[in-house]
Amino acid sequence: MDISKFTSKKFLLVAGLVLAILVFLVTFPTYGSNSEVGIWVTILMYIILTVSWVIFSGTTGYMSLAVAAFFGIGMYTAAFLYPKSGPLLPLPAVIIMGGLVSFVFALLTGLVTLRLKGMYFAIFTFGFSVLLYHLMVYYELQIIGYRGQRLTPITNVTAFYILLIIMVLTLLAAYLIRRSRLGLAMQSIGESEDAAAHMGVNTTMVKVITFAISAFFMGAAGAALAPKWEYIDPSVAFNTFYSFMPVLMAVFGGMRELYGPVIGAAIFAYTERSLRLRFPYYYMLSFGIALILIIIYLPGGLTGLVPTLKDKLGGVIARLRKGGQSERHANT
Amino acid sequence: MPILEGQDVTKHFGGLAAVSHVDFHVDQGEIVGLIGPNGAGKTTLFNLISAAFPISSGEMRFKGHKLNGLKPHQICKLGVSRTFQETKVFANISVLQNVLVGAFFGTPTRVSAADAAREASQALEFVGLTAMSALPTKDLTMVNQKRTEVARALATKPELLLLDELMAGLTPAEVSEAMELVTRIRDKGISVFMVEHVMKAIIGICGRIIVLHHGEKIAEGTPQEITANKTVIEIYLGEETHAGS
Repeated sequence: MDISKFTSKKFLLVAGLVLAILVFLVTFPTYGSNSEVGIWVTILMYIILTVSWVIFSGTTGYMSLAVAAFFGIGMYTAAFLYPKSGPLLPLPAVIIMGGLVSFVFALLTGLVTLRLKGMYFAIFTFGFSVLLYHLMVYYELQIIGYRGQRLTPITNVTAFYILLIIMVLTLLAAYLIRRSRLGLAMQSIGESEDAAAHMGVNTTMVKVITFAISAFFMGAAGAALAPKWEYIDPSVAFNTFYSFMPVLMAVFGGMRELYGPVIGAAIFAYTERSLRLRFPYYYMLSFGIALILIIIYLPGGLTGLVPTLKDKLGGVIARLRKGGQSERHANT
Repeated sequence: MPILEGQDVTKHFGGLAAVSHVDFHVDQGEIVGLIGPNGAGKTTLFNLISAAFPISSGEMRFKGHKLNGLKPHQICKLGVSRTFQETKVFANISVLQNVLVGAFFGTPTRVSAADAAREASQALEFVGLTAMSALPTKDLTMVNQKRTEVARALATKPELLLLDELMAGLTPAEVSEAMELVTRIRDKGISVFMVEHVMKAIIGICGRIIVLHHGEKIAEGTPQEITANKTVIEIYLGEETHAGS
């Protein structure tokens, strides 16, 4: 094995940065206020939803608008297993169940729908979110006779740590998939599904499995948030807003590198939280404008700027260094 | 001994018979040419062999395995690989990664990363693309993208290779190189079935030629027989003579 890869400057820099961010996040609740922890809960939620969306849609090019569906399935799983009347399972088991139930739903819907291509797939997944909303409304009003579910509440800090763990696992999964042969298969599907199939890639299986993996993290996030919100109903759980936000955040941040959607989601979520209360009408408008500008002028998203900046800065730095060196030569 | 056999192969698109009652075979170690005017059903026949779409009626066998009902990835794993008339490279990933897809997924057994890397670099060397293996595939010229497709197909370790208009749009010098490449592929023990319009290439390297017209097989034989065949001259070769004069 090539050890130099792990001792290179770049690797140490990235590892150091990741470690610093993790230390910051892990210790944050000890010095951050409760409302600041609450903001971080929202940011972590969006990072999880966006990165797990990118795991599937960013690579295969299949635009899924089913985030709300899987997020909501996770929430309702938690509502049934962690109700106000007393938890049926310990919290970690509830989170895992939320992920698993979403995973199974994604497997089943994936088997049926991943034959659809392009726009048709997007429309179906959107319809799936809406269908689940109406199913739950019907279930609550017609069958159990009341709307909404109450849950055993958890604190901001508990939710924060659970989401932090889910986020780390989501990023880890995304990173490992990208580097694996599964990731290569997904990329080949995104580039040309026909050619991928003719080169031996079992395209249906690859799509269904990765669709389900991404749904697992969405469901787990939903299961973690529902007890924090204490009360959910179909319009909270299956809000199609959560289907569109990850798409916008991923486009905003850029999808080439893994940190793109993370940065996109973090900035988007933070500004949303801070602008929504102060400028309730203008904040969505300004997002819309920002997004249009980014799509037109930065098709690679915010992080798409990095290679360009690197080139330019690299040139400047090299010139400065050269200048410095020749000066030194002159001095000696 | 035939490696690929088709009997009474037919494909309907609605009311149109794109391929109609065609019998054909490719023998082990043979280079067979498939020619015919545009719209004759050549690419459709390739798409049927590689299962891009299902056959309407008839039967195809590869080394005795019935191909009917299989999926494209299964056909590939059995040992039939192909290139595309309009190149379908994975444009935004490197040339090496393109070929790695074939190496990782194209064989029936699981391939280790080291073996796949070795297989891919051998395939790239075979087609002469080693120097470009790290480039994004979209940056390559058309002829090199076609070579990438050949390398990608070779990395799946096929026993039969379907080449769909490998030489279209190439300069005469490139055509000669491509002819030499196809011959070397055959010399590796891989049978070749090729759709081609470049008659010089077809006559130069094919042992046998099949002619399609309106989805039907109208002639089959050695290059000498085909170039002397009256019907073929009238329907297909004649056009070129007129165009050339």
